[in-house]
Amino acid sequence: MAVIQGLLVQGVQMTLVLLLAPLLTGLVRKVKARLQRRQGPSVIQPYRDLKRLLGKEVVLAENASWLFRVAPYVIFAVTWVAAALVPTFATGLLFSWSGDLIAITALLGSARFAQALAAMDIGTSFGGIGASREVMIASLAEPAMLMIVLSVALIAGSTQLSTIADYMAFSAVGLRVSLALGLVAFIVVALAENARIPVDNPATHLELTMVHEAMVLEYSGRHLAMIELAASLKLLLYVSVIACIFVPVGLAQGYAAGFALYLVKLAVAGVLLGVFEMSIAKMRVFRVPNFLGAALMLSLLGVLLLFVSEGM
Amino acid sequence: MIALTLACIVLLLGLAVAGAFVASAASGRTIVYGGSLGISAVSLLIALVSLAGTPSTVTLPIGLPWTGAHFRLDPLSAFFLTVVGLGSGGASLYGLGYGRHEHEPQRVLPFYPAFLAGLNLVVIADDAFGFLFAWELMSLASWALVMSHHREPGNANAGYVYIIMASFSGLALLLCFGLLAGPTGSYTFTAMRAVHPSPGIAALALVLALIGAGSKAGVVPLHAWLPLAHPAAPSHVSALMSGVMTKVAVYGFIRIAFDLLGAPTWWSGTLVLAIGGITAVLGVLYALMEHDLKRLLAYHTVENIGIIFIGLGLALAFGANQLPAAAALGLTAALFHVFNHSVFKSLLFFGAGAVLTATGERDMDHLGGLIHRMPKTAFAFLVGCMAISALPPLNGFVSEWLTFQAILLHPDLPQWGLKLAIPADGALLALSAALAAACFVKAYGITFLGRPRTRVAADAREADRFSLTAMFGFAALCLLAGVFPGVVIDLLAPVTQALTGTRMPTQLGVEWLSIVPIESARSSYNGLLVFVFITVSASLTVLAIHRFASHALRRAPAWDCGFPDPRPETQYTGASFAQPIRRVYGAVVFRSHETVIMPPPGSTAPARIEKHISDPVWDTFYAPVAAAVWHLSLVLNAMQFLTIRRYLGFVFAALVILLLALALWQ
Repeated sequence: MAVIQGLLVQGVQMTLVLLLAPLLTGLVRKVKARLQRRQGPSVIQPYRDLKRLLGKEVVLAENASWLFRVAPYVIFAVTWVAAALVPTFATGLLFSWSGDLIAITALLGSARFAQALAAMDIGTSFGGIGASREVMIASLAEPAMLMIVLSVALIAGSTQLSTIADYMAFSAVGLRVSLALGLVAFIVVALAENARIPVDNPATHLELTMVHEAMVLEYSGRHLAMIELAASLKLLLYVSVIACIFVPVGLAQGYAAGFALYLVKLAVAGVLLGVFEMSIAKMRVFRVPNFLGAALMLSLLGVLLLFVSEGM
Repeated sequence: MIALTLACIVLLLGLAVAGAFVASAASGRTIVYGGSLGISAVSLLIALVSLAGTPSTVTLPIGLPWTGAHFRLDPLSAFFLTVVGLGSGGASLYGLGYGRHEHEPQRVLPFYPAFLAGLNLVVIADDAFGFLFAWELMSLASWALVMSHHREPGNANAGYVYIIMASFSGLALLLCFGLLAGPTGSYTFTAMRAVHPSPGIAALALVLALIGAGSKAGVVPLHAWLPLAHPAAPSHVSALMSGVMTKVAVYGFIRIAFDLLGAPTWWSGTLVLAIGGITAVLGVLYALMEHDLKRLLAYHTVENIGIIFIGLGLALAFGANQLPAAAALGLTAALFHVFNHSVFKSLLFFGAGAVLTATGERDMDHLGGLIHRMPKTAFAFLVGCMAISALPPLNGFVSEWLTFQAILLHPDLPQWGLKLAIPADGALLALSAALAAACFVKAYGITFLGRPRTRVAADAREADRFSLTAMFGFAALCLLAGVFPGVVIDLLAPVTQALTGTRMPTQLGVEWLSIVPIESARSSYNGLLVFVFITVSASLTVLAIHRFASHALRRAPAWDCGFPDPRPETQYTGASFAQPIRRVYGAVVFRSHETVIMPPPGSTAPARIEKHISDPVWDTFYAPVAAAVWHLSLVLNAMQFLTIRRYLGFVFAALVILLLALALWQ
């Protein structure tokens, strides 16, 4: 019985992240539009876009290989699996122990690997520019992310997200300098990984500033739909991880309360992201390393401060 | 068991002699590679069986007079014998097909089985003499193989640097064993274990072992020969050198540091950790700057050796502080990575060899689009790239994940130096993993994807079936070891039991075949479930898409923002792909800079952009030594043309000075 319930909750979680992801993207766009005093498209516009893309024909470049056609499904499936491992509305998902926070980071790395390769498959200069910039950004963001994992794991004594969330919710963690540094670094990493301003601009089609958009330039139709959905899922995943580690409220108060609080967290995060993006300008590509290097240094400092503050 | 292994080695040596005679015959290739394949398979079976068995020893009346040669097969030897057997089996299978394209088989066939014999012999030697003899056999045979294409530019130089570094490494190990032998001068490993050297001697011996074994393994700054020599050899030998010989060097270090030296000290852990971290990051940065496919792979070996040494350093640090469980975890991570790297690096060199055979090119900037012409090779190479980039659910991720779990245990250590060094190493490990992914996106993207940049790339042919079998076998191993890591961890248990006194918890009993390094609340990973999850969700998505979405598909010219340029030169090259990373890291590490030369106004000359990169290790460590040797030899050159009287005078003076020194000493 417990297994069936566990399976059910896991299934609900997987469906939920899939259904909510475009909504979060729509919400961020709406907030940004309102801040620009535009009406903006409805928050459910991303769903319409997906439906429209799924119905369209695929225009495939003449020399595209099988890798180019397989990649969207791989990117989507890997991101979806990673999102399924993150506690959203309840901890203790049936399969959450099959991968910890390090595995989730690495799974997103797999998705990025597939995306960068697919970008280089056609052999256009935009694919190359996107892929090479993406791996440069990732080479700084991934170590920063793992250092954050290290400091969180040292505090909670686990890299397992469920255990971390339980620990953060129930123990007297208090305010810790390391956690604060970790949060700042985490937000920087999340901005970079999700191709948000100031690292990349999800709305741009100005060639010289594109990173993520340059990589998916050759995609169309159902392939593009998969990639767009995966990008939305990734944004939702990062918000969920931040919520799970730093604001674990409601994860243990039953499914209804957990679900309601999760929606609130998503909404707050979406609004904050929109406001942040409107209040800052996009950086030049070669300023990004400084920005991400700061995140790496902050997270490393967070780890080292753990010993100073704790005397462990 | 040990007798069977020795029989295999004797057979290999016999095959080497036979190889000299049959080399020019048409069937020579089949005899040598087929024989090596059979012997490697037997040796692999023996090694697997004796992994969990008790150590068996044998003494043969050969070698030094009155002392005999000692051999021993314990779990550590058995594990490395497994790695050697697997790697050499794969390389021999590959050689059956690849060897067909060899122009001068008589330069390869006799030395190949001798090289294999040397590799096998090092790991079972149980005395210093036998170890050094086997070590030199391995070095010389591989040197001969490096020199097999000596007329190609650069190869003679590579062989020269290699032989110098190999002698240097042998010398360091000789001194190390001399120190370990103690006052009695006993040269068997059994006697060395019984001797407990003073801390100063032990420290010196450890440093010498690190220099001797480390230079063979490719530890920075002693790696300089590796990216020259490994690519110069035929590709299946490159695979053996990178995948197996560096592992045998790691074996040498483990044997001395964990077994012969006795209890580890915490500072040795710090030293090995520091070297490991620097090696990992520098290795991958070098690899990223490279556009020769085989040299890129060789540089990348340096990175992986760094990761292995991080694991070993963790094991030393934890072992010195009486934390055997953590030490076992660190050692298991290192050994798991030894196994993984031997598998995927061999696979990648096989792929590079297939590309070299098909196109005659090692320079990626002359390749491209090979995924269309060589689809099977491209697929196997892709698996290798993903495994080496530590992407789940493949095997490279598991060993790096285990290393991370060991790093997370560092708050238990009392020394502040280690407490601060280990997180820094964690950051370096994460950095090298991320850069490795970048490096292999580059290697794969430039070589196999895009459009062909030259005619040879456009006319490439798929590799032969032996090569493909070897590649697909190793690709399957990458997946299997990633999906069932518990099996590998349990197989490694006797080794860690013997070296650290304890082992990781048994993994096979864990439900769903997860791996749990310490306890399930702390961390667990299930490669099988992740793999099944990804496969199921991807298949479900594909099904749903094909059921509900549009099927329409049209081929058209690339979009490229409306301005597609059909010329293949407009694609990204290796150098342009690495340019952002070069700007971020290279300015510090390689003092790289670009100069733009603009023609004066009115001139029709083209503008030029030049990039400058300097190798910090070569400039700091090697160039001064080479300059000093050169200067000294110029000075001493004056002594070459003297009269006999003067020479006799020199001899007399030397004798007097030595006698004086002796008198003063006493």
